[in-house]
Amino acid sequence: MSLQSLDIKRLSATTTPAPQARSPHSGEVAKLIDVSKCIGCKACQTACMEWNDLRQEPGVNVGVYDNPNDLTENAWTVMRFTEYENEATGNLEWLIRKDGCMHCEDPGCLKACPSPGAIVQYTNGIVDFHEEHCVGCGYCVTGCPFNVPRISKKDHKAYKCTLCSDRVAVGQEPACVKTCPTGAIVFGTKKAMKDHAEERIADLKERGFDQAGLYDPAGVGGTHVMYVLHHADKPSLYQGLPDEPKISPLVGLWKGVSKPLAMAALGAAALGSLFHYITKGPNDVSKELEDEMDRKDREAEAAAKENLP
Amino acid sequence: MRRNPRDLQRYTAGERANHWIVGICFILLALSGLAFFHPAFFPLTQLFGGGPWTRILHPYIGLVMFVFFFIMALRFWRLNMIEPRDVEWLKNVNEMVDGNDQDMPEQGKYNGGQKVLFWGLVIGMLLIVITGVLMWRAWWTPPITVIRIASVVHAVAAVWMIGLIILHVYAAIWTRGTIRAMLYGTVTRAWAKQHHRGWYRKMTGDNS
Repeated sequence: MSLQSLDIKRLSATTTPAPQARSPHSGEVAKLIDVSKCIGCKACQTACMEWNDLRQEPGVNVGVYDNPNDLTENAWTVMRFTEYENEATGNLEWLIRKDGCMHCEDPGCLKACPSPGAIVQYTNGIVDFHEEHCVGCGYCVTGCPFNVPRISKKDHKAYKCTLCSDRVAVGQEPACVKTCPTGAIVFGTKKAMKDHAEERIADLKERGFDQAGLYDPAGVGGTHVMYVLHHADKPSLYQGLPDEPKISPLVGLWKGVSKPLAMAALGAAALGSLFHYITKGPNDVSKELEDEMDRKDREAEAAAKENLP
Repeated sequence: MRRNPRDLQRYTAGERANHWIVGICFILLALSGLAFFHPAFFPLTQLFGGGPWTRILHPYIGLVMFVFFFIMALRFWRLNMIEPRDVEWLKNVNEMVDGNDQDMPEQGKYNGGQKVLFWGLVIGMLLIVITGVLMWRAWWTPPITVIRIASVVHAVAAVWMIGLIILHVYAAIWTRGTIRAMLYGTVTRAWAKQHHRGWYRKMTGDNS
């Protein structure tokens, strides 16, 4: 991962700015997933595993089409199937969402990560894990509003979709985009993807999906993986896609204001102690009491001598 | 340091060993915990063999500290029950901080401040061990909201405890003749009479 050729915008656990002279003139990138075009073939899952050299052990069928049943350290994207009975139209709708990292503009994982450089955000918007710096603490999982990172049981490193940063760096689109047979997944600049989404949304609205819209949640500063949803008013229909994702205020507290406050409090306690000592002096035993005890010792000694035969 | 056979025994060897096991664990935990709390302290992971080793060791050291802290608390909790004279002492704590301890109310083996410290650490220890287990993820992963709350509480409890320990260490340095009580167990009678007159009278029978 250290051989990456993309410029870095933000590094985890780093308080100084990353090198900023270079920035991509083509703008930031985005992947657009048009849920209405998805046929649930899972070619994207296969392409992901093939390109990234991942093999998820076959699991068990629990009565749904999702396979594997969840994201894992070896399955960075999973099709999530929902059977939705639309009461307004009386139709049974099969909602299929390709789940994976959303590549937030304001990434909760990066904010929570304690290891400098283990999580990076490139200038093109991709959020990437550099596993060689990962300590395996799981804070990225705690910070993520989308429940995406997975810690491997084998090596205790965190894994997730890289948006094929290695492919993007050499001018190729992500593997899942390359393979998608219906064109449900497209890739380009964020602006181009938003423009494309506009057209798709207009088309969907013509076909009776009044609430069709783009999922690019502002709570995390927008994302570099976006969805076109037929029911953009109810993202949670799509197997719990968060309606209004944002970094939890608890994580904000933990990784934000608590740090300077704690450092100030502990610094004050330490410095306050030092200056207390040099202004007030030590709390010594009084000379009077020392002398009193010496006198008692002498008296006891004299008494002991007298009692000798 | 003058060793006098008439010095007073303040701590047994067992109590001292117990205290220092907790103390060593505490220092290791504070260093490794701060490394994960603030990027400025991340280089402290080098003391433990790098980031992953720090992450692996921290919870186990925490469990050792909890066990020995628990035993120590069992040894000392009765002596730390707050009494009316402790409340009086705490009301006059400003005098004490100012360095005028001659007018402070008579104290037993522990003064009001030490007792407050004791219970402050007990509360901190309980919070930090519970939240630490919730954050561990080694064998079992609780719901994400629980982990998030635990992460905040763990940090707050840690800062609380480190702050109390800074005061604890400083009080021991400031009050001359104190540290020897935790190193070889004894204090001078003059020390005892000045700082813990109630305990001095009980130990010596000298009611002057």
